[in-house]
Amino acid sequence: MELTLLLIKAAIIFAIFGITLLIATYSTYAERKVAAFIQDRVGPNRAGPFGLAQPLADAVKLFFKEEFVPANANKFLFVAGPSLAMLTACMASAVIPFGNTLIIGDMVIPLQAIEVNIGILYIFGVVALGVYGIMIGGWASNNKFSLLGAIRAASQNISYELAMGMSIIALLLLSGTLSMRGIAEQQGADLFGISGFNWNIFYQPVGFIIFITCAFAETNRVPFDLPECETELIGGYHTEYSSMGMGLYLFAEYVNIFVASAVMSTLYFGGYNFPFMYDLGLPHNVVTILGTVALFGKIFFFIFFFMWVRWTLPRFRYDQLMNLGWKILIPLSILNVILTAGAILLKEEYFR
Amino acid sequence: MNFSERMYLPAIFQGLSITMRHFFKKKATIKYPEETRPMSAVWRGLHVLKRDEQGRERCTACGLCAVACPAEAITMVAGERKRGEEGLYREEKYAVSYEINMLRCIFCGLCEEACPKAAIFLQNDKTAPARYERDEFIYGKDRLVEPMPTSAPN
Repeated sequence: MELTLLLIKAAIIFAIFGITLLIATYSTYAERKVAAFIQDRVGPNRAGPFGLAQPLADAVKLFFKEEFVPANANKFLFVAGPSLAMLTACMASAVIPFGNTLIIGDMVIPLQAIEVNIGILYIFGVVALGVYGIMIGGWASNNKFSLLGAIRAASQNISYELAMGMSIIALLLLSGTLSMRGIAEQQGADLFGISGFNWNIFYQPVGFIIFITCAFAETNRVPFDLPECETELIGGYHTEYSSMGMGLYLFAEYVNIFVASAVMSTLYFGGYNFPFMYDLGLPHNVVTILGTVALFGKIFFFIFFFMWVRWTLPRFRYDQLMNLGWKILIPLSILNVILTAGAILLKEEYFR
Repeated sequence: MNFSERMYLPAIFQGLSITMRHFFKKKATIKYPEETRPMSAVWRGLHVLKRDEQGRERCTACGLCAVACPAEAITMVAGERKRGEEGLYREEKYAVSYEINMLRCIFCGLCEEACPKAAIFLQNDKTAPARYERDEFIYGKDRLVEPMPTSAPN
């Protein structure tokens, strides 16, 4: 019994890992297609039908390029940088509940790699470590532009981590738990008589806007992609990287986008819950699978949203970025915490 | 800036709606090897030296095309038709060699207008192809003369 449970856990972990990598791979393709469609072009269409083999071609290209290490670079750290970025990016998806439970016989299998009651803290810890990959890579290159890019990345991530944490605290006041599964389960309750529609976005719209802005900054996406701003810093922290080192940095960014989308869907958009989920009269396992499909639909929408914003908004200037982070988002998120706490107190006092 | 402008978000949503509309627009791209752009009716392409209805070369090497050519791209050597070659050349005089330097040609079509024998034409369905060496751009009779019709009339 113990062994079967372990095997099932291992299978789920491998599945999540594989899906993460697959989605990140095809995000690179989707990014190019979305860019092309928004710019009235066609996009990659040569490799395979509709260009679907394009990520494969890109990977082959990156693997066969020369792996170049600058003469005065710190060789160990130069290799460790992209590896660390990739490692931390892949670790974060472990605590995200990708579905409710499957009941086979008398076994209850939650569709989640690890269920811990500090899920959000774990994600924040791992995502915060991700900046080390960029920092180490930029420093080890022994190039002042790379170093500037790395410093920008570090200061930007620290600045936006604060506002992000505050926006999450308002959410935690409502949910009363740090467990990702717990938060997802709460959102399956009724709202306006619709089951599975008690999503946090209706209670925390401001918190969500702060969170998504910070998520853009944390994943180094446009309009906050200052660490790799090619007009000012050549290529930023990955200037000196070639071949798969560069590939890992770019790939880690897409894995981060996937994780950020999954976290946003779980925290604010009901996770695996979808409207009318318990009114359909379907068996539990079918509802679970439909819920997983719904969650991936939400995740794909947010990945698309990341790309949509990228091809719409111009990049911020660095002082504008810092102003937005420290003077607007942090005060706003603190205000949001105070208002949420006040509303909860009022409700407990007068509307019980 | 008023309050809604300082909020940034309305402007961002406006921008997002603009890019979203472009997402569904018809693409201007012509996927070249599969699709080709329709040529204009008056477009002038690669030269051809025509044969008449009996498969004989129309060109008599009169040199009017070379005179008319503003880029001086055409050179030719005239020769006299021998006995027994009546099936090859239409008149007593013919072009032993006929060369057009495609690096000089400006595709103006004046050669076509000058030709009294309706021998040279600029085809409207064929582009001069790209080549790798400069001497490959001097087109001789082997590339210019229309190939013999497969079923030659008796």
